Amino acid sequence: MSMVPTLLSVEGLSKSYGGVHAVRGVSFELKAGEILALIGPNGAGKSTCFDMLNGQKDPDSGRIKLLGEDTAGRPPRAICRLGVGRTFQITATFPTMTVRENVQVALVSYRGQLFNLWSSTPWFEQGEAGRLLELVGMGGYADRPCGELAYGDLKRLELAVALANQPKLLLMDEPTAGMAPRERIELMRLTARIAREQSIGVLFTEHDMDVVFEHADRILVLNRGSLIAEGSPEQVRGNREVRAVYLGEGLVYDARHRKGLSV
Amino acid sequence: MAFYIVQFLTGLASAASLFLVASGLSIIFGVTRIVNFAHGAFYMLGAYVAFTLTDRFSGALGFWGGIVVAALIIAAVGVLVEMALLRRIYHSPELFQLLATFGLTLMVEDLVVLIWGPSELLGRRAPGFKGAVDFFGQNIPSYDLFLIALGPIVLGILWLLFQRTRWGVLVRAATQDRDMVAALGVNQKWLFTSVFAVGVFLAALGGALQIPRDAVHHAMDLRIIVDVFVVVVIGGLGSIIGAFVAAVLVSELNAFGILIFPKISIILVFLVMAAVLIVRPWGLFGKQEGPARRTPGLTVNPWRTLTSGERLAATAALIIAAALPLFSGNYALTIGSEIAIFVIFAASLHFLMAVGGLASFGHAAYFGLGAYGVAFLAKMAGLPMIVSLLLGPLLGCLGAAVFGFFAVQLSGVYFAMLTLAFAQIVWSIAFQWVTVTGGDNGILGVWPEKWAASPSHFYWLSLGIAALMVVGLRIVVFSPFGFALRATRDSPLRSEAIGIDGKRIQWTAFVIAGTVAGVAGALFAYLKGSVFPDSLGISLSVDALVMVLLGGVETISGAVVGAIVYKALNIWLVSQTDLSKLVLGAFIVLIVVAFPKGIVGMLETIRNRRRSASAKSALLASPIETAE
Repeated sequence: MSMVPTLLSVEGLSKSYGGVHAVRGVSFELKAGEILALIGPNGAGKSTCFDMLNGQKDPDSGRIKLLGEDTAGRPPRAICRLGVGRTFQITATFPTMTVRENVQVALVSYRGQLFNLWSSTPWFEQGEAGRLLELVGMGGYADRPCGELAYGDLKRLELAVALANQPKLLLMDEPTAGMAPRERIELMRLTARIAREQSIGVLFTEHDMDVVFEHADRILVLNRGSLIAEGSPEQVRGNREVRAVYLGEGLVYDARHRKGLSV
Repeated sequence: MAFYIVQFLTGLASAASLFLVASGLSIIFGVTRIVNFAHGAFYMLGAYVAFTLTDRFSGALGFWGGIVVAALIIAAVGVLVEMALLRRIYHSPELFQLLATFGLTLMVEDLVVLIWGPSELLGRRAPGFKGAVDFFGQNIPSYDLFLIALGPIVLGILWLLFQRTRWGVLVRAATQDRDMVAALGVNQKWLFTSVFAVGVFLAALGGALQIPRDAVHHAMDLRIIVDVFVVVVIGGLGSIIGAFVAAVLVSELNAFGILIFPKISIILVFLVMAAVLIVRPWGLFGKQEGPARRTPGLTVNPWRTLTSGERLAATAALIIAAALPLFSGNYALTIGSEIAIFVIFAASLHFLMAVGGLASFGHAAYFGLGAYGVAFLAKMAGLPMIVSLLLGPLLGCLGAAVFGFFAVQLSGVYFAMLTLAFAQIVWSIAFQWVTVTGGDNGILGVWPEKWAASPSHFYWLSLGIAALMVVGLRIVVFSPFGFALRATRDSPLRSEAIGIDGKRIQWTAFVIAGTVAGVAGALFAYLKGSVFPDSLGISLSVDALVMVLLGGVETISGAVVGAIVYKALNIWLVSQTDLSKLVLGAFIVLIVVAFPKGIVGMLETIRNRRRSASAKSALLASPIETAE
């Protein structure tokens, strides 16, 4: 295991808003090819944590080392250029372009051609754009206006866009929010497959425990801004504190529920 | 020392009216999200109606009653406007709202001249405040002291209104989340109408209270609206305290700026505004707006390059245009040159607006700077025409680089207001700095050299440059840069996440658009043989906006069609009627309400409908609409 390089290491990350400590001294590491889930109840600090990792918020203290570089306080575009792909809880795409053009813009940026005033973008890296769309199963939609896509397809397009800069790390904020149960499973299987094949590290937040337990190699549990547990799915599932604050005592609940029904 | 204190007090007195108008604008924006361009017009109407009333009714009651009644009458007019016009466009894009209220402003300007005549009117002095107070040998008009006291009193009344009444609570709630207020069962329509009435009342009161100090004239609307935009940009849109503080700040800067830079005092205000924007982009008391909600009805049709058939048609159109000198006279050729120049100008604004999503309300600044650039080079440095034509637009480029840097820090209505304020500042400099620019007299004798002097040669030159610019901009639209610009417009979040520095991209686009506008201005200087401050004026900026809108803001070729139709119509209209502003204003309002997609947009919709109708028979055919 020690041969696998560390992609991301976070040390003592903290952030407070006024008197509220949203994140307190969070530390963890993420290795290449590893799929790491960040879970916790609402208000636990997941989003704040995520926003600091991707550069949307500056931490009050603590260090974020991404691929060996200290990124705390850098803007999202700088973090992207280090090799980080992102997807958002509510998809962010370019609705006035076609599906292929969405990917092409990301490729333009990756190739450093943003200030090229001459070439024709519709012809730019068509092959690579097509390959990325095939990868996420969107090959047949390349010429469709992005604004017409169904939500599940938008999520897959976003994944293709996030992969355009050949990232070493994917940050996915609630990747399956707002999707139907079958789509959720498909999207996460796809993500996991791509991550393993290309040994991309994935950090994601998620509320759907089926998704988390099926795909995560390791799970971090946040509560009130602090990490309360960390480990494999089995370890986390068996952790008392986690069950108390987040997963709930399933058996107890079941029993009560049945009782209520029989009465 | 006494002199400075008197100067300070004069500044405070000017701040009162400015605060009234600015707070009205802020309140209306807070709830309805409309930046009411017509606010200056309501201010002016308040002054005119108050003039008539105080003139008709004598005595103290006649005066003070006249002022309040004038404000009430204009507020009632405002209610009518809100119900008849604004209710139809609350869900339109910001640009359309600004343009519609600007159309109103144009109409009011002509109406005012029609009713009260074109000359300045001197109002009555306020009863009880006719004299002056002696202050260590300096005189302060006692009316100024009244105004100084009035500002804080109105601020206090507004504070009580918003904090202590049910209506005020609803207004504050709607400012935070109007959809939620509607969901709670509040009648949103009447809330909006009442807010608009209060805002207009404040503007009209501000105008009415000015009559003992200043003459009433038909250009006071634009002057106040620029000051008010500067005030709300500095103070923060939506904040009443911000409006008060910024009104005092701007008035004091004006009062003391005259002492420091008598010729170009407005520069001081500009410097302060720039400083505030760098430190606090949303103004001293403003809050950052959430990301703008996507406008419903915005097209999702991706743009595509021309097919070879369409390319052929465009080339044929150009050849026909180039053949115009064969069968028409010199007058038609001069008009043809002017239209070609405005095609360049409209295309440059279209690039910024439609591709970049940045609706500039002061694009004429760069057109005019290009014109002045040529005039300086040709007249003062005596450079040959070719060199002047090549280097003149660089002044537009330079202006766009400086102003654009600040403007792209903001977006939406803030961007529009800031670009307008910048243009007005450039205009003031051209107007006031007489030794360099000739002021109102302009710079004369900028004639083309022999090879381009005949109308047909100049027409071919203009047409050729126009074709070059339009094709060039089209190439840029489809270049990686053009896509990055569209990406920044479509989703700032996503474009940042894929590594695009949106501000730099937008700044570059601003400079490109400013330079191309400068090219148009340079040609315009040679066409007219002279340059005047009008080439930098607001009305020219709005002409460009209307051209783009008329052609269709969501299309690529709309600017060309819009410029040709609008300019031809405009030239014809001016030759037919004295009330061109009235007709033009009504025309703008009509486009915004009835034809928001413009000419090219409408043609596309019709064609797409036909195509999808014919495709229905074919199985599996899913029409993919595209815009060209």
